[in-house]
Amino acid sequence: MAADSVAFVATKEIPPSPPPANSVGPVKWLRENLFSGPVNSILSVICVGFIVWMLASIIPWFLDSSWTPEEMSLKGCRAEASGACFAVIVERFWQFIFGFYPSDQYWRPTLAFVLLLVSIWPVLFSSAPRKLLMLTAVYPVLAFWLIWGGTIWGPIAVVAGVVVGAMIFMKGEDVFNSLIGDAFGPIVKIVVSVLAVVLWMMLLVVPIDSALSSVLDIGLEPVESAKLGGFMLSLIIGVTGIAASLPIGVALALGRQSKLFVVKTISVGFIEFIRGVPLITLLFVAHVLLNYFLPPGTEFDIILRVCIMVTLFASAYMAEVIRGGIAALPKGQYEAADAMGLTYWQAQRLIILPQALKISIPNIVSTFIGLFKDTTLVIVIGLLDPLGLAGTTRANAEWNGIFTELYLFIAVFFFIFCFGMSRYSMYLERKLATDHR
Amino acid sequence: MSDTAVNLTEERSVDRDAMTVSDEEAIVIRDMNKWYGEFHVLRDINLTVFRGERIVVCGPSGSGKSTLIRCINRLEEHQAGDIIVDGTELNSDLKNLDKVRAEVGMCFQHFNLFPHLTIMENCTLAPIWVRKTPKKEAEETAMHFLEKVKIPEQAHKYPGQLSGGQQQRVAIARSLCMRPRIMLFDEPTSALDPEMIKEVLDTMIDLAQEGMTMICVTHEMGFARQVANRVIFMDAGQIVEQNEPEEFFQNPKSDRTKLFLSQILGH
Repeated sequence: MAADSVAFVATKEIPPSPPPANSVGPVKWLRENLFSGPVNSILSVICVGFIVWMLASIIPWFLDSSWTPEEMSLKGCRAEASGACFAVIVERFWQFIFGFYPSDQYWRPTLAFVLLLVSIWPVLFSSAPRKLLMLTAVYPVLAFWLIWGGTIWGPIAVVAGVVVGAMIFMKGEDVFNSLIGDAFGPIVKIVVSVLAVVLWMMLLVVPIDSALSSVLDIGLEPVESAKLGGFMLSLIIGVTGIAASLPIGVALALGRQSKLFVVKTISVGFIEFIRGVPLITLLFVAHVLLNYFLPPGTEFDIILRVCIMVTLFASAYMAEVIRGGIAALPKGQYEAADAMGLTYWQAQRLIILPQALKISIPNIVSTFIGLFKDTTLVIVIGLLDPLGLAGTTRANAEWNGIFTELYLFIAVFFFIFCFGMSRYSMYLERKLATDHR
Repeated sequence: MSDTAVNLTEERSVDRDAMTVSDEEAIVIRDMNKWYGEFHVLRDINLTVFRGERIVVCGPSGSGKSTLIRCINRLEEHQAGDIIVDGTELNSDLKNLDKVRAEVGMCFQHFNLFPHLTIMENCTLAPIWVRKTPKKEAEETAMHFLEKVKIPEQAHKYPGQLSGGQQQRVAIARSLCMRPRIMLFDEPTSALDPEMIKEVLDTMIDLAQEGMTMICVTHEMGFARQVANRVIFMDAGQIVEQNEPEEFFQNPKSDRTKLFLSQILGH
């Protein structure tokens, strides 16, 4: 039936038949991926052998583990099982989560965490209801109040200060433009609104708080910073640093590219100084030295100071990451924006930054992940982050000598968050891919 | 390139008499000089463009022709002399600058569309943000001009999905959406494959026939012959010769023009 002559007419329809067994399914996959040649086959066998050997020693360690022995100590574990001693995590679980936070108040940080998830939802996913952004806007103050407690008037005074700054920013445009001119109006407007907020925070918040509290004392039981610890502390510092370093980084990156000499010098000086100093040094500065520079008697919360230092540190890196994204844009994008008559700020907001940030997503997220893991460095100034708690646990006579289980537990916690960020960044990259290269 | 509307083989007949030139001055350049650092790029440029004129600027590479038209909307600053566009003098006053830029459309060699925005968003961005046009109205205008450049069906795609010729036509539509009184073209066809050049030139010819004031830096001498009412030849930063296209191509006066024309037309 073959078409071996020039004239050919098919006499019947050839029925479909299944492909040969070695070209589909798992067999095909194995052949292509593991045994495509002699070198590959040998490497595959060695790797599989190594994995089997590893699992052979790890799985029994997991299976023969002790979770709730009669005597809650390493000795108790060893008496019951020869493998892992997870009893330490069972016993210290809540301490690892909340540090020494009063246990009858655990609902407060828990609620703060749930609200955190709700308020970052609209930021991360455009399918979320837009109205949730209102919650996002007040979340920082709300979370602060929930975790640290105290009267409600302090947080309200802070919100009021931000509202005043925003009013100056939004309504003040014409005033500043007519006073100073179009060229510098927008910059002066930003400076004045930021200054107004800072002055409000420094001079007005405490009097407003104490005045209103003496009249009407509504609030939560205050919890001092020394009692905060564990994963809660890592999350507080990490989330603050991540949320604040992106906008500051954008501002610094734009500042570094600015034609205005003073703005440029300040940005470059800040970035180079902060990047040139180890984070630990900055944390020590926050811990010890800052007291010398602040007016005597200033009570400045240690966790707040650490958050500021971590944020500044991450901002410097963020600025350089974003500058890389801005530099990657062709000059034509600026020229097209200029030629259309867009102002500098419009061009940055509508044309330059959306593209620069998109290019920078992998590096931005790397910086975030680095920052989040660096929160463990606060151990050097005596804050009880998970690593600090692991140290105190091991110093305890009952748990002396245990380490794998503790560090594994901490590693799993950090992995979950960092892996989550990494997956999110890949999702975002796919979503924003519009260049069809 | 599924465009049936653009016929690639047929030579268009252009009714030159229909393209009238008024005696109103659109652009006046007086004794303009520009330096890049020590390098004197533009030397004593004097040029008056009347409303409705189509001017083609040609010259060897590095002769300052792009720099000249980039000075007209101040993508480059000049250091001496005056440039007056639509009655507004270009100086360091930003208000004047924004006014001029909104009135002067520009198309670039590499299109410079915004890759993160759809074609429609590219076209409505400036009307919405600079002219403060309501979004709906801006979209209607954009659709009108996209139809005019014959790619309305691409409105919701991204620039990266279009061919070079289509992108350049979008860039022209994007400029037109601002309803400019003057259009500048900076080598609009130099980055295009030969079969796409025609579709862009056709769009530009349509524009010329509607009476748009145009200055084109281009090496398309056929376009110059068909449409331009003045050809300017630049070399080493100065205007060497300008004339009506017939005279310019038949009887070039200066040796440098002759050499240039023999090089680009000689093969």
